[in-house]
Amino acid sequence: MTTFQVPTLAQMTAEGKAPEVLFWVGCAGSFDDRAKKITKAMAKILHHTGISFAVLGTEEGCTGDPAKRAGNEFLFQMQAMMNIQMLNGYEVKHIVTTCPHCFNTLKNEYPELGGNYHVEHHSQFLNRLLKEGRLKIEGGSFKGKKITFHDPCYLGRANDEYEAPRALLEKLDVSLKEMRRCKQNGLCCGAGGAQMFKDAEKGTAEINHVRADEAMETGAEIVVAGCPFCNTMLTDGIKNREKENQVQVLDLAEMIALAEDL
Amino acid sequence: MSYLPNILFIVALATASVLFAKKVGRIRKNIGLGKDVDRSDRPSDRLQNMLRVAFGQSKMQARPVAGALHFIVYVSFLIINIEVLEIIVDGIFGTHRVFAPFLGKVYAPIISAFEVLAVLTVIAVLIFWWRRNVSKLDRFHKPEMKGWAFTDANNILYIELVLMFAFLNMNALEANFADAHHSFLISQYIAPLWSGVSEWGLHFGERLFWWLHILGIFAFLNYLPYSKHFHIILAFPNTYYANLEAKGRFENNAAVTKEVALMMDPSADPFAAPAPEADAPIERFGAKDANDLSWANLLNAYTCTECGRCTSECPANLTGKKLSPRKIMMDTRDRIEEIGANIAANGTFIDDGKSLLGTYITNEELWACTSCNACVQACPIDIDPLNIIMKLRNFATMEESSAPGALNAMMTNVENNGAPWPFNQMDRANWINE
Repeated sequence: MTTFQVPTLAQMTAEGKAPEVLFWVGCAGSFDDRAKKITKAMAKILHHTGISFAVLGTEEGCTGDPAKRAGNEFLFQMQAMMNIQMLNGYEVKHIVTTCPHCFNTLKNEYPELGGNYHVEHHSQFLNRLLKEGRLKIEGGSFKGKKITFHDPCYLGRANDEYEAPRALLEKLDVSLKEMRRCKQNGLCCGAGGAQMFKDAEKGTAEINHVRADEAMETGAEIVVAGCPFCNTMLTDGIKNREKENQVQVLDLAEMIALAEDL
Repeated sequence: MSYLPNILFIVALATASVLFAKKVGRIRKNIGLGKDVDRSDRPSDRLQNMLRVAFGQSKMQARPVAGALHFIVYVSFLIINIEVLEIIVDGIFGTHRVFAPFLGKVYAPIISAFEVLAVLTVIAVLIFWWRRNVSKLDRFHKPEMKGWAFTDANNILYIELVLMFAFLNMNALEANFADAHHSFLISQYIAPLWSGVSEWGLHFGERLFWWLHILGIFAFLNYLPYSKHFHIILAFPNTYYANLEAKGRFENNAAVTKEVALMMDPSADPFAAPAPEADAPIERFGAKDANDLSWANLLNAYTCTECGRCTSECPANLTGKKLSPRKIMMDTRDRIEEIGANIAANGTFIDDGKSLLGTYITNEELWACTSCNACVQACPIDIDPLNIIMKLRNFATMEESSAPGALNAMMTNVENNGAPWPFNQMDRANWINE
């Protein structure tokens, strides 16, 4: 249980207040037990910085990303229109999200349908706060720890953001070991394009097992992800190799929350 | 009689040009079978992209060995074309090395530079041949590379070797002429090989290689549009008309936007007479066949040179799935060629019972894609296989309802409770108090 108030946008609006930023939690962040921990870590950071933020709570709905990638443009646009009507109704200007899929859809696919917001992935948002001096990170507990970073496809290749997550990690004084395939060449975790919700086609290996191997080849003790789906896939991959006691998968937000002892 | 070579040359030049123009016209027509897409915006960004990616080869260098070798062959191709211009002028007017008097002292260094490029090209081509035939790089030996695709790739290398061989020997023979005016950097070392040949033989041989070189170029020109090597031309328009948006931005279907707007409009009358444009032929959602794709997709298909960088980066292909982004492009090209030939033969398209999705591309390939954009990133000339995959999925899901069962279940959840899993919408904020 969070020890502080996480206001919904409805509550804030009723009190005649407008938050500086809307925290878009996403479906994984709302329902998946592992991803909820990322959500809480992010909420703690937001609270810690003193920024006024709100969540949509029960008013939030799937952005439509998995439907669109599964070919159902109709369902995607239905979801998009419902969300846009609601977001525009609240006059939302600025959104931060811990899910690169939500981030990509809100940022790139909503504007044409009437939803124009300043959308940031939490790595970008936190990095900006850092630069503006509104967030301070001390290395502390992670100092010198060997870690590797897995680029989420929808943050990296899809939106050309490779530096923000690395800049945050640098502040934690970790020893970042890049994987053989990283940044533009990063290997997908296997979950994108709605693959998260189905079994893979017949092949010789599972994508997440291969990616987990690549991550572990770096000798990292912590594999850092920036996406709840990548997180699940990599965790499963590491479990499949029976290395879950040696190698941890953590989100960027969790790293910062842990470092700051939030 | 003395004008016979000139006449023969002009006939050869004209024939080669007309045949090439005709075939290119047919390809242009085939590309035109695609649906319209607006790529007329941001002309200066487009030009820059073309200069950087096609002219400047920026994405080729992601793999340094292939990138460097390709750069040599590419630069040679661009520069040796200056020499070809001289050959064409000589051929038409019966002159010999017509540029020499104009260029004076710099003529020999220029031709010498061409010769150096020719030798570098021979070396690069031999290494390419080795990678393809001896060390057998994995990406050159995927299932879609059997048959013509493999033969075509080697043909190109052989033709390039013959052209360079003819060019160097033409100069070498001339160096042995009794009244030789020219000596060039590389061919002077090949010249001794021909030193025992009679004066008549030298002149005959020089002409022979001259003709072999230029007729070889004419033949190569006409081989291009039947070959993956057509990329040397199409890479330029393809990068100009490339998608410049963020790779994660998938286009929104405007027809669907209209339907959704109508559905969400509380004042819309469900029993109203259909709007006048409702008489227009019903458009398919997504793409089933190659001509349901956009012209940009089809231009992509004709531009593909089957290098396989996309496939070698594809997570599905890397883990043994059937999906290969290169095959998606090759299938699209083969199918639009087939549709074009069908129309050319029948005046209009006669149903042949085939389609891109189904006959060429299977559902198993289609649903293995993770939409990770690795193929799009890897392509050195901005081809976008993912865009085609998504259009095929649009058709499969919206028109055929043939999406995998698990995805249908996921979509039902999104529809019913606004999340891909069957959780209650009202539980969305439970994490706050857990």
